[in-house]
Formats: sequence, C-alpha cells, structure tokens
Amino acid sequence: MSSADLTMGGHSSGVTSEPPFSIPTKKLAMWLFIIADTMTFAACLVAYGFLRNGTPNWPRPFHSITNVALMTFILLTSSLTMLIGLRSARAGDKSAAFGWTMITALLGIIFAFLHIREWLGLIDEGMTMFKNPWGTGLFGASFFSVTGLHLTHVTGGVIALIVVGLRYKGGRYNADDIEILGLYWHFVDLVWMFVVPLVYLLNLAH
Amino acid sequence: MTKVEEHTGIGKDLAVYVCLLALAGLQFLIAYQNIDAAQMFWRMLTVACVEAGLAALFFMHLWSEKRIFRWFVGLFTISVLLGMQYGWTDSFRMLVGAAPFSK
Repeated sequence: MSSADLTMGGHSSGVTSEPPFSIPTKKLAMWLFIIADTMTFAACLVAYGFLRNGTPNWPRPFHSITNVALMTFILLTSSLTMLIGLRSARAGDKSAAFGWTMITALLGIIFAFLHIREWLGLIDEGMTMFKNPWGTGLFGASFFSVTGLHLTHVTGGVIALIVVGLRYKGGRYNADDIEILGLYWHFVDLVWMFVVPLVYLLNLAH
Repeated sequence: MTKVEEHTGIGKDLAVYVCLLALAGLQFLIAYQNIDAAQMFWRMLTVACVEAGLAALFFMHLWSEKRIFRWFVGLFTISVLLGMQYGWTDSFRMLVGAAPFSK
C-alpha cells in the first residue's frame, strides 16, 4: 500500500463517513432549488402585498370564486396523483407509475387552460399590465406577474412530467427521478396555497 | 420517500389530501366573512401556512427526512422569509403619503 493510498484511506474515513443530510445529491439539489424558488415567490408576494397595502384605490375585480376554486381542486388533486405515481414507481409497477404521472401532467394542462381562460376574461374586461377599469394600474402588473410566474412553473412542471414520465417508461430514469420531480410539483401546489388568498380571495368584490 | 413510508399505504396521503381540501375550503369561507381586510389577511395567511406545512411534511416527505435536514430547510426558509418583511412600514407610509405611482 502506497502512502497515497494511506492518505486516501485516512481522508475517506473522516470526510465521507456519513453525509449530514443523508439524501441523494439530486434530491438535495432539488431541495436547494425549491428553497431558492421560495425566495423568488416570497419576494413577488411581499412586493404585491406592499403595493396593495400602500395603494388607496386597489381594485377588487373578482365576482366569482368558481374558477379559482376549481383550479385549486385540480392542483391539489394533481399532487395526490403524483404521490400515487411515486408509490407505483417504488412498487415497481412501471405502467401504473407512467399512467399516474401522465394523469398529473393532464391535470396540470387543465389548470393552465383554466388559468389562461381567466386571463383572457380579464383582458376582455379591459385589464392590461398597466391599466384596468377598476382602479390603480398597478393591479394588472402585479396580478399578471405573480400568477404568470406561477403559470410558468406549472407549464415547466407539465413538460418535465411528460419528459421524465417517458424516460422512466423507457428505462432511462428510475423511481428516484419521479420522487425528485414530485418534490417540484408539490412545491408548485404549495405556492398556489398562498397565491389564492393573497391575489384572488382578498380581491373579491363584496 | 423512506422504506417505512413505502409500506404505510395510501391512507395517510388521502387523509392529508382531504385535510388540504378542507383547509382550502376554509380559506374560501374566510373570504366571505364580514371582517376587515387585515383580519381576513391574517386568518388566510395562517391557514395557508398550515396547508404549506402539511404539504411539505407529508407530500414532500420532509417528515421522513433526517431531523437535521428538516431544521436546515425550516430555519433557512423561515429566516429569509422573515428578513423580507422589512418593507411593510414603508408601505404604510406610501398609503399616508400616497406615492406618485399609486395614483
């Protein structure tokens, strides 16, 4: 045994004894991304709250909660289907895991469709990024920014679900990859829980 | 997802899902209460935090990770979120002084 081997051995016993978090690298990377993305959304929501609090004639344009309630239900259900897909993947049931992942992607597409339909409805009523018929023009900018950022995440998630699902089916990815994607998808769901009350429910017309 | 969780079945996931639906429903109920916006905001934010906690712990399996990792994620996130709250007093100043861009 060379001195180099001895040195390596000495290092490995100390440095690689047991990682403090004991989770796979890809999963840790996803968690770090989620923490960073939390800051992005939090900054947007705090900025939104700042403007809403500091602006006297803030509009309250939403008359119905039906659409946003349906969107919330769909997104929450997609989290459940994602979990079922992960359980199927862990159990080695490849076709079920692929099927549930695609159902999750489909629910994401329906959510995005409802979201865009709502946007178009507001645009038809005269709302743009810089003006609207109800009050301060800042409302449009903040509304489209916050919901647009979330919609971008949903769209990215849907694409990722389809790609990872197909690669899992083809054998290139395994259950760990489904779990890591699931973390992202649940995070998108989690953010929506803050967007709904702050952006929609607090702006209901009474 | 840990080995233990793999064998607990879908019952827990369904229970958490139903809780999240109920909490989301509660937020909608709060929206129709006859209270001022500040009270409504705090109630909704509290419910949203409970929802987020449930989703992170059980849907994202944070509960089954090592304790040190839970502390890492929790403390790191909460400390930065708290750090972002420094601007609120200025938003009240804007309300009183009516900043030009708010008109």
